[in-house]
Amino acid sequence: MSGPTLLDSLFQRSLEDLIKGLRLYVGDESTFISKSLDEIRREIKSTDPQTKSIALQKLTYLHSIHGVDMSWASFHAIELSSSHSLNFKRVAYLAASLSFDPSTTDVILLLTNQLRKDLQSPNSHEVSLALNALYFIATPDLARDLTPEVFILLNSNKGSTRKKAIALILRLFELYPDAVRVCFKRLVENLENSDPGIVSAVVGVFCELARNEAKSYLPLAPEFYKILVESRNNWLLIKVLKIFLELAPLEPRLGKRLVEPICDHLKRTGAKSLAFECVRTIVTSFSEYEFAVRLAVEKIKEFLNDDDPNLKYLGLQALTIVAPKHLWAVMENKDFVIRSLSDADANIKLEALQLVLAMVSEDNVMDICKVLINYALKSDPEFCNEILGCILLACSRNVYEIIVDFDWYVSLLGEMTRIPHCQKGEEIENQLVDIGMRVKDARPQLVRVGRDLLIDPALFGNPFVHRILSAAAWVSGEYVRFSKNPSELVEALLQPRTSLLPSSIKAVYIQSAFKVLTFYVHHYISTKGVISSASQGVEDLMHGRVQENPQFVRTGPVADSDTDDGGLNPMMLHRPVRDVSVESFEDMSVAHEWIYAFHVLLCFFSLPREWRLLLLKLAFSSSESHYKTPGPT
Amino acid sequence: MIKAVMVINGLGKPRLSKFYEFQPAEKQQELIRHVYAVLSGRPDNVSNFIRSLGTVFGPDTRLVYKHYATLYFVFLFDNSENELAMLDLIQVFVETLDKCFKSVCELDVVFNYSKMHTILDEIILGGQVLETDSVEVMRAVEEISKLESTTSAGTMINKSIPSWWAR
Repeated sequence: MSGPTLLDSLFQRSLEDLIKGLRLYVGDESTFISKSLDEIRREIKSTDPQTKSIALQKLTYLHSIHGVDMSWASFHAIELSSSHSLNFKRVAYLAASLSFDPSTTDVILLLTNQLRKDLQSPNSHEVSLALNALYFIATPDLARDLTPEVFILLNSNKGSTRKKAIALILRLFELYPDAVRVCFKRLVENLENSDPGIVSAVVGVFCELARNEAKSYLPLAPEFYKILVESRNNWLLIKVLKIFLELAPLEPRLGKRLVEPICDHLKRTGAKSLAFECVRTIVTSFSEYEFAVRLAVEKIKEFLNDDDPNLKYLGLQALTIVAPKHLWAVMENKDFVIRSLSDADANIKLEALQLVLAMVSEDNVMDICKVLINYALKSDPEFCNEILGCILLACSRNVYEIIVDFDWYVSLLGEMTRIPHCQKGEEIENQLVDIGMRVKDARPQLVRVGRDLLIDPALFGNPFVHRILSAAAWVSGEYVRFSKNPSELVEALLQPRTSLLPSSIKAVYIQSAFKVLTFYVHHYISTKGVISSASQGVEDLMHGRVQENPQFVRTGPVADSDTDDGGLNPMMLHRPVRDVSVESFEDMSVAHEWIYAFHVLLCFFSLPREWRLLLLKLAFSSSESHYKTPGPT
Repeated sequence: MIKAVMVINGLGKPRLSKFYEFQPAEKQQELIRHVYAVLSGRPDNVSNFIRSLGTVFGPDTRLVYKHYATLYFVFLFDNSENELAMLDLIQVFVETLDKCFKSVCELDVVFNYSKMHTILDEIILGGQVLETDSVEVMRAVEEISKLESTTSAGTMINKSIPSWWAR
């Protein structure tokens, strides 16, 4: 591409023209942009600073707003920065700030001298430009070379320059740690300055520094304390409070001295920002001082009752911080928290949910869960699942520490499954099986709930819930002896709709169907004693099945699922010998039992042969891996 | 510290963006898009804060935004800044723009790209707040404009022809 001609300079389009052109352009922007880029590439090589500046300005705009790459123009920016005109300098430094990458742009070092000159300039605006640009492009070398100049500016006569130098010094400390030795003293001296803006800037820097390494700044605590007690500038006080948040945990004696002034500020101030910061500081670091916490909670209540949603949200946040140590504060505001669950603002809803769960304990878990489920039914899917997730988490914490009545909890899990938006299939599945294995007394209820889930046709439609059906099937098969009507279970397990389920879940269904079947058969054999030709026939049938699948013959000894100790896999299907409790069956007649047993067998044998083989293979191959054994209860 | 300042219009177009924590150019555009996606889903009359922005920014990062007419003014910061104070700072920024452009509208923001940066640079440097009084900021910006117009008086002859015709 040739250099710019005189015509180019005369007819150069300004930034305004470019923006107008972009706005009016009909069609794909990128064609217009690439055309402009070609123009810019020619114009920027011009020796005339005006042309160069306009070209660079346009390029910076395209880079910043449209993401166009301008790394090829870095040298031009550096060339332009040596101009005497403030205009051009500004354009050059802005281009540098927005496009130079300190880690990859290698021409940055060429700017060192120019920056030094500008930092020493009598014109404070040139100094400002240099300070600003230096923040964005500083490398360790640049930081090392220019620290002396910035050091001088820390004592500048002009307040605004001083503030900017102070703000920049943080970056220099990061890149060139030796700068700390040089500048620290002057930085601290600036704490005594009468201009609250300058003191704010210094305190801001210390706030950042203290977050990384609070211990080194502990000696400065007396200075900060003086500011805390004397200053009336809100920005300054907020920053000082943030510093004390970091320092207080390191020095317990600080707490005693700080609590009073902080409470004073809290009582006196009209500024919500400062009030909130005081509250946050008290509840985070000084929560052992009862009177302070009480004062803070009063203020929180004020925030909660305000109409401004920002204050409500911040109030809830503060309550969340208070909750672990001072639950009474949350209980006092219980009604508000529960009302907030239906607020229009998603933030507020989430905070309220966290608080409700903080309040949960053995006594109120049933009421709270009832309220939460009601809200879940009324909410959008996202929040509904948040609620469900939180309930599941809170109830299962510490191996179900807060649950006293497992029957109720198991029915709750069933209810949750039925909620249309429920996506918590995996967690509910895990909990159902977990409870089944740990809590013997809950097993009858578990089977009842499992049956309800299995016969409910609507659940097949929600893919997230299929895993729960798998758990329901497993539970029904495993604890079938508690069931009132096992034939219903078998029908549910073998219904045609199960073809909608993924194969791993179908496998569990088949296994459970077999479990129920073997339960029937065993029950018949054990109550009727030995041998008529009918029972022989059943045994033959069983062996007939065995011959179809050699795997069955190879399996090891019988596993007894009654014990809860960890070594056994309760999912092993092949245990014809069982200790069965037969209370539920006393009313059934023998004929009924036979009919049911053969009913099941008929369903199975009515499937085509290939299907039967396939199903058996699936059942036995996936059975071992499906459920994990629990640890000791 | 303040991590980024963005001004995005109601259709997702960025009008101004400054990142005080270095991000490569594509990442910047991605961040702007992400912020817009989050903001456009918010109804009015809700709080102006957004807490968890996912893993796009850092874990600590919060966002404060204010919706004025067609523009979203967004400040991203970490927990060394107070949320309500940041809200006030947005207010200061917008007030200054108002004073500067006499009842500012989106078009002013679009066509005065450099001036926007100048104003912002008087309020925030390196993620630290410099000035919280819009009067002071105005004063500094006016001084700069005066200085720049006197130096450019000597170069008026070189101005491009289309802008001659416009006058």
